[in-house]
Amino acid sequence: MNAASYAFAMLFYLAVLVMAAGLATRILTYWRTPAPLKIPTTPAPVTSAGVGFRMAREILLFESLFKSNLWIWGLGWVFHVALALVLARHLRYFTEPIWPWVTLLQPFGIYAGFAMVAGVLGLWARRIFVERIRYISTISDHLMLVLLVGIASSGLGMRFIAHTDVIGVKLFFLGLMRADLHPLPGDGLLYVHLALVAGLMIIFPFSKLLHAPGIFFSPTRNQADDPRERRHIAPWAEQLELRR
Amino acid sequence: MAVELKAPALREYPVVPALQSDAMKDVVSYVANEKIQEAIGFPGKLDEGWQERAISKMGDLLGKYRSLRVFMDACVHCGACTDKCHYFIGTQDPKNMPVARQDLMRSVYRRYFTTAGKLFPRLVGARDLTRGVLDDWFRYYHQCSECRRCSVFCPYGIDTAEITMAGREILDAVGYGQKYSNEIIGKVHRIGNNLGLPGPALRDTLLGLEEDVKDETGVDVRYPLDEKGADVLLVTPSADFFAEPHVDSLIGYGKVFHAAGISWTLSSYSSEAGNFGMFIGNYEQLRKIAMRIREAALELGVKRIVVGECGHAWRVAYSFWNTLVGIGAGGKDPFAIELQRQLDPRHKQPTHICELTWDLIERGALRFDKDANDHRTITFHDSCNVARGSRMGDAPGGQFEIPRNIIRAVANKFVEMSPEVTRERTFCCGGGGGLLTDELLDLRIKGALPRMESLKQVVDNHGVNFMATICAICKAQFTKVLPYYGFKMSMVGGVHQLVSTAIRLGDSH
Repeated sequence: MNAASYAFAMLFYLAVLVMAAGLATRILTYWRTPAPLKIPTTPAPVTSAGVGFRMAREILLFESLFKSNLWIWGLGWVFHVALALVLARHLRYFTEPIWPWVTLLQPFGIYAGFAMVAGVLGLWARRIFVERIRYISTISDHLMLVLLVGIASSGLGMRFIAHTDVIGVKLFFLGLMRADLHPLPGDGLLYVHLALVAGLMIIFPFSKLLHAPGIFFSPTRNQADDPRERRHIAPWAEQLELRR
Repeated sequence: MAVELKAPALREYPVVPALQSDAMKDVVSYVANEKIQEAIGFPGKLDEGWQERAISKMGDLLGKYRSLRVFMDACVHCGACTDKCHYFIGTQDPKNMPVARQDLMRSVYRRYFTTAGKLFPRLVGARDLTRGVLDDWFRYYHQCSECRRCSVFCPYGIDTAEITMAGREILDAVGYGQKYSNEIIGKVHRIGNNLGLPGPALRDTLLGLEEDVKDETGVDVRYPLDEKGADVLLVTPSADFFAEPHVDSLIGYGKVFHAAGISWTLSSYSSEAGNFGMFIGNYEQLRKIAMRIREAALELGVKRIVVGECGHAWRVAYSFWNTLVGIGAGGKDPFAIELQRQLDPRHKQPTHICELTWDLIERGALRFDKDANDHRTITFHDSCNVARGSRMGDAPGGQFEIPRNIIRAVANKFVEMSPEVTRERTFCCGGGGGLLTDELLDLRIKGALPRMESLKQVVDNHGVNFMATICAICKAQFTKVLPYYGFKMSMVGGVHQLVSTAIRLGDSH
């Protein structure tokens, strides 16, 4: 066991803790904050099953974005689907035996890495070259893209250029999960990859990555259009009635 | 105005315009004076310590409104909304892009309410709430008509209207309110309607209408006021009582009730459907104004509440009344039960006048001479609050179909504008959301640009000469801005104006 192995072990424990606790706090805040008025963007579904379907379309297909702009939709959707495939593929490093569906996804997951980079670079190009989007971009918007490109390209580098010791990596992470530390292979590209991933996990609950839990709580999307049939009232608004 | 205002040129191909920073910096709404502010319970003017009060109000709203809380965090600056706002398209001012308008507040939110913004303000675009920032809030939160078009296109459903409302709420809380909206809210409480028309004047106006209709049709159509025991209470925007073309729709409602044999009444206590409490984002005002309608309904003992042609009023009535004052079904609390005991559960409460008319048409209770509208080639402008903040009928999208069905039932020539700019994608008239005031005329003219372009298409290609709409603000705004684009102001009118022209009176009973 070398110092780097210990350092990365601690880093990942910290990253998981920050991400889990941060997200839990954030989600709890969203959960507890009432939506006092019915504000679905209409036309909206009138039943909760309909709302489920609308949310599914929004989350899986990015329906609203599709209506808005085909470029952003195409690049964004490709990026997110590729990211999902890549993440699924990475489950192999955390499971033994590897789940059969993860094995099945392997070949797609590997090439999805390229799609991910292509999607991010496309979005980045828009951020730089489209005047309107350049105007609204902050430094952190660019840094987020740096982070994603860094993670994806270091990962692809280990798969296609300088192979890393994947068996060693897997032992390290399986060990982490059982609090039984194993050495991490000494590989520069791997260090870069893991450090950036841990960084992404740590900033997740403090950044615009909160769009992921946020969409589930968006009242314009997750409310049913039934205000005449059901009385909807927030606890703080109910207090006003006592004062009448 | 000293400078002569001009409409921007219509674009042949609607490309996204280039940015012009600060293009609308000098178009600022009037600030409410102390008297106006204090009359509705807000601090009179911006005093020492406003900054802490603003931040504390923001914290209060973040805890009360999930929309604001989630919307502040969720935006990824993807740019999907950047070209969707009519005010951006018409003015090219980048701060009129929905996301930039949101960021005026988001930057402050990040500074005071997020770890990242407290530690690394420059990195995440966080800013202190300075007087300059507050002035920008006042400026640009009064260049948003709360039309929700951006929310249709946002992948997270972020609705800039919610943020504008929060911005105005904070401004009011620190004594920096808008004259136009707050003065009107004061009038509703004092006199009963937005235009400050007192009861006796209203009675005279209605008697005058009865005479006019008698002269024109030979039939005794009634326009009753404060009649206890009537079945229907009609609440309609007060502009319907005397503004052109609004009054023609009021005449139409009366004819529909007459022809169907429905007893109805207006209320002098509650002679206003509009609710500017929504525009300023203030729940208490929203509720107090809605309460007047509930009180009038209880006082007059009506069985049904019907709302006239008014966009934001219908959003408030349809989406909020049940929540605010229990007008609707399903409430199990004493507050709501009291009203439900009186209102007839077989009807939707509240009912839009178009729902009522279309239902009568479907049941064969009304008859029309469609040819009477033959001098008109009609198109329909969907009003934003009806389109994206409410519904009519039983199915989603009824708010689009029912008014169109009525038009087709009463007229022969109906033409749609481009599907890119109708229904849920409709463009605001340019004057909604508390901006229908003269000092913002430049903004209103420019904001109408996208609608004027689509209107031009159907005028040129199909000879359209009448744009029907079901919103008092749309009617007033178009009447004012159509001439700037070379159209006649009489081109705009209500759906019930068309009904009024074609309906047969007297012989159906």
